[in-house]
Amino acid sequence: MSFSYLDLFWTFARIGVLTFGGGYAMLPIIQREIVEKKGWVSETEVMDYYAIGQCTPGVIAVNTATFTGRKIGGNLGGVVATAGVVFPSVVIITIIAALIHGFANLQPVKDALAGIRICVCVLIFNAVLKMWKKAVIDKVTLVLYIAILLASVFFDISPILMVVVAAVCGLIVKGRAKA
Amino acid sequence: MILYLQLFWEFFKTGLFAIGGGMATVPFLREISARRGWFTASDLADMIAVSESTPGPIGINMATYVGYTTVHSHHGPVAAILGSIIATVGLVTPSVIIILIIAKFLEKFRDNRYVNAAMYGLRAASVALISAAGISIVLISFFRVTTIDQLKSAVIDYRCFVLAAVILILTRWVPQTKKLHPVVFIAISAVAGIVFHMSVPL
Repeated sequence: MSFSYLDLFWTFARIGVLTFGGGYAMLPIIQREIVEKKGWVSETEVMDYYAIGQCTPGVIAVNTATFTGRKIGGNLGGVVATAGVVFPSVVIITIIAALIHGFANLQPVKDALAGIRICVCVLIFNAVLKMWKKAVIDKVTLVLYIAILLASVFFDISPILMVVVAAVCGLIVKGRAKA
Repeated sequence: MILYLQLFWEFFKTGLFAIGGGMATVPFLREISARRGWFTASDLADMIAVSESTPGPIGINMATYVGYTTVHSHHGPVAAILGSIIATVGLVTPSVIIILIIAKFLEKFRDNRYVNAAMYGLRAASVALISAAGISIVLISFFRVTTIDQLKSAVIDYRCFVLAAVILILTRWVPQTKKLHPVVFIAISAVAGIVFHMSVPL
């Protein structure tokens, strides 16, 4: 596995600039750029990063960048990848804040975004399907999946609580049995 | 100088306590706005709109925007760039530290049976939470509503479904296009959005 800090920075800057609509929309881009293209982390590792990223403080996209960067370049790698993922935001937002008043109210911007959102839904669906096959592998994980999905769609339950419950279920089911 | 320190500190706290993605920062920003008076509630609404309509993680976009606006009103546009950087660095600092510690721990216990057992449950939870987030994005994008209950009164916009079907087919079943980079489909959709005025409800 080869990498340079510059490569790490630009790869995450590319991920940052291609992310429309928050950390979840980044998932398909992450899969393409760092799992398939670079081979820096595996699909399962990305899943682990997202699981932890959802129950630790901070922006999920940043947490995932820090994780990946650290894995391939140590602590400095973590910082470099994080700097990379936020770099496009800082540049783009600064330009918009400075120059374009009412940017979000421009008709073409609103229209393009409405189209992009639909696309992002499909891309997330594809990404989730890929992950689903690797995470939901037996009855226990299927029950956990359905229960947590329903709980988060219909009730206002903290994701932290659900993640903790899932981890405890994992421990109960797999922790004792000598495999 | 003191303004930069305050900015860093406010966003450091937000980064430390906002759990679960970019939009989780909004309540904290609302509180900062009320307490510090750096920006108004209507500024905040603008910031959310811009953050959502530009690339990049929403939380980061918000921090950059607030940092810029806050310093701009006191010290002008050049200093404002520094403000946007400081707010962003403040926001990510706690999570970078926390993640580096967790990553070190995970590395050390990678082959531990208990860690693996916990991760087995965690992965199912992670995919479920991402699915739930996906559903909420679908509600907003396809039906322009924010909760499942509002679906009854939602207007069906066939353009959304046509576009989704096209993208789904291109990304899953057409051999020539399914390996293309996601940005290709994002660009196609942006163009379709503009051509068909998709932000205007039917």
